[in-house]
Amino acid sequence: MNVKKQFREGLLTNNPVLVQLLGMCSTMAITTTLFNGIGMGVSVIVILTCSNIVISLLRKIIPSTIRIACYIVVVAGFVTIVDLLTQAFLPSLSESLGVFIPLIVVNCIILARAEAFASRNGVAASALDGIFQGTGYTLVLIVMCVIREFLGSGTFGGGLLGPDGAGIRILPEGVPATFLVLPVGGFLTLGCLIALMQYLLRRREDK
Amino acid sequence: MTLTGLVSIALGAILIENFIFSQFLGICPFLGVSRKTETALGMGLAVTFVMALASVFCWLVNTLLLVPLGLTYMQTVAYILVIAALVQFVEMFLKKTLPGLYQALGIYLPLITTNCAVLGVVLLNTQKNYDFLSSLVYGVTGGIGFLVAIVLFASVRERLDLTADCPKSFEGFPIALISAGLLALAFMGFSGLKVF
Repeated sequence: MNVKKQFREGLLTNNPVLVQLLGMCSTMAITTTLFNGIGMGVSVIVILTCSNIVISLLRKIIPSTIRIACYIVVVAGFVTIVDLLTQAFLPSLSESLGVFIPLIVVNCIILARAEAFASRNGVAASALDGIFQGTGYTLVLIVMCVIREFLGSGTFGGGLLGPDGAGIRILPEGVPATFLVLPVGGFLTLGCLIALMQYLLRRREDK
Repeated sequence: MTLTGLVSIALGAILIENFIFSQFLGICPFLGVSRKTETALGMGLAVTFVMALASVFCWLVNTLLLVPLGLTYMQTVAYILVIAALVQFVEMFLKKTLPGLYQALGIYLPLITTNCAVLGVVLLNTQKNYDFLSSLVYGVTGGIGFLVAIVLFASVRERLDLTADCPKSFEGFPIALISAGLLALAFMGFSGLKVF
């Protein structure tokens, strides 16, 4: 087991969003305020880690022909737990993420990690993989949120900081380009981030 | 539900709140299967079909089973199982009747199960408390919205592959995302559209 390698892969060189290109929908849809980004990220870390552990435990029992269906049932179970927990304890998060919490079931990151990692490795390694890949996803969400919030509404920490949780205003009103918090901004910001990642990875290879 | 209500649901799902460009549902197949216009068309049609069936069956499961039994907290699990079964059925059906299309869709056919547009439309139907007819209309037109988006995008991408002269770091995925962003910007023009 190679903890350091897994850590580096999850966060950078094999980042689920920027390199494996998984989980695009939620990445673009909910990254409008920091609160949403962190809430979504933490939910995915929890679900991914739990489902990786269970699938890794069951990997010798699940018949390979119906494995995808089995994975989906496991994932759906954990998603339901997290969904009900957020509804009970963090109703504001559940309201602002809306349909995207139950949709974690079909977030490709979770199924891809189940298929590519948890079904082939031991429990401890799978749990670590869940934590690191989930953290990599969360980091991208946070970066996207900060960029889109700053340029799109001129604030920082929306939903968490500032008066009424509206965020701390950095740019005066009227200056920010509102289209960045609209769907268009999601596509553009993620496109630029992936381009940056490809640039960095290529430069490292050239050395 | 009146006819005008249904029409406004339909226009909303196709243009104003397009599943791809304004709700971010179904981005993975949208980016994955949009290299060629023909496969994009096939994928769009298959997704439309599954979305329509899923809306109907999940509505039935929800109203006839989950609500009377007080099991609404099992919605997500029940819906994903219904969708997985439907996709399996569509796969077997296509294999027997339309082997050509079956071959062309390949790996992407089973992947419709994990298309968030399908689960999304079902969850939205429940969230918005749509009745049977509205659910069906929302499913079909949501699928058509997906179809329109993916075919438009595939045609843009075919051109892009032929003539693209873009910075090396932007090649492939990033430039595709940015073109999708521009398409989304164009679709924003519909947001002022009010029906009746």
